[in-house]
Amino acid sequence: MTQPSKVWEDGLLREFKADLHIHTCLSPCGDWEMTPRRIIRQSLAAGLELIAICDHNTCENAAVTLQEGRRHGVAVLPGMEVCSREEVHLLALFGNMEHVLDLQSVVYAHLTGENRADVFGYQIIADETDHVLAENRRLLIGATGLSLEQIVSHTHARRGLALCSHVDRPANGILSQLGLIPPDLEVDGVEVSHRTPLATARQALPGIGSRPCVTSSDAHFLADIGRAHTVLRMAAPTLEELALALRGEFGREILI
Amino acid sequence: MKLRKLVEFFGLEVAAGVKGLDREVKGGYCGDLLSEVMANAPLNCVWLTVQGHQNIVAVAVLREMAAVVVTGGRSPDAETLAKADQEGIPILRWPQSAFELAGRLYTASVGAGPPA
Repeated sequence: MTQPSKVWEDGLLREFKADLHIHTCLSPCGDWEMTPRRIIRQSLAAGLELIAICDHNTCENAAVTLQEGRRHGVAVLPGMEVCSREEVHLLALFGNMEHVLDLQSVVYAHLTGENRADVFGYQIIADETDHVLAENRRLLIGATGLSLEQIVSHTHARRGLALCSHVDRPANGILSQLGLIPPDLEVDGVEVSHRTPLATARQALPGIGSRPCVTSSDAHFLADIGRAHTVLRMAAPTLEELALALRGEFGREILI
Repeated sequence: MKLRKLVEFFGLEVAAGVKGLDREVKGGYCGDLLSEVMANAPLNCVWLTVQGHQNIVAVAVLREMAAVVVTGGRSPDAETLAKADQEGIPILRWPQSAFELAGRLYTASVGAGPPA
């Protein structure tokens, strides 16, 4: 087992294989098998060094995944995939649990309705041994009452990064919902799904403009983890380094 | 038909873009996926949507629409209203569903084309 933090203290730039959009069994559409422990095991098998846990409108499986990642040498960013009132999905990635939990309380305050597991799927909070701790009863698949702009600003206020999810998709992407990315929307980047190769994304989707672009798996099943990933040149697999890589600063960058 | 006449007849609330009320209405369109509306809405239409994001003004300008009707009693974002005033695109509000208004508009020959 590796001790990541020690290796990365030398400040040298390395390439990190990252998958920044993975759901767990807490998302109604996430498979039963997507428990924190199995996600970490599969990430290791896929050669990923940095992942982010982004369930729909919740982060209640993030802490356990972080802990499992720490044990096995996979860096995990806690995040959420928040659904705006325009029904646009946004990834909000954070550097620690405190910040993501803080956003979760804002999201919960603007999310109404109760889940129907028979219709939308079960929403399982799991422990580190794949056991069910509880079921989340909220309508996590729903849209919040928060505007895109509000979600971005709530994310930034907690030092997080906001990325537009799967902008190449016909559903719940900013380009499909809103036609174009509002020029004054201060997102830190956009994500394309595994269907659009990163190398051709800007050409295929002119609406992206010059915004930083990554690709990730949006995995809902174990086998999907890493089916798309982004290689980042950074000094360490942390949120701060990711922010630099997105902006292309200090030698940090997204490799295509 | 002049937009102003339509607004008065159906009792639509003018939320912004008053200076565009003399536009000519030549049809209607319904849709909430802005990418789809941007591709298919006819010129000079009134567009019925539940979206209240400021991008509806951009889409309206792009398709040279007569007006946008925000349905279901929803309130458009404040930025949307400011942009609409700037661009002179009327933003109207309707308390019921798009279905209810679209039916009335269609029955009143909005979008039926010029009489033969």
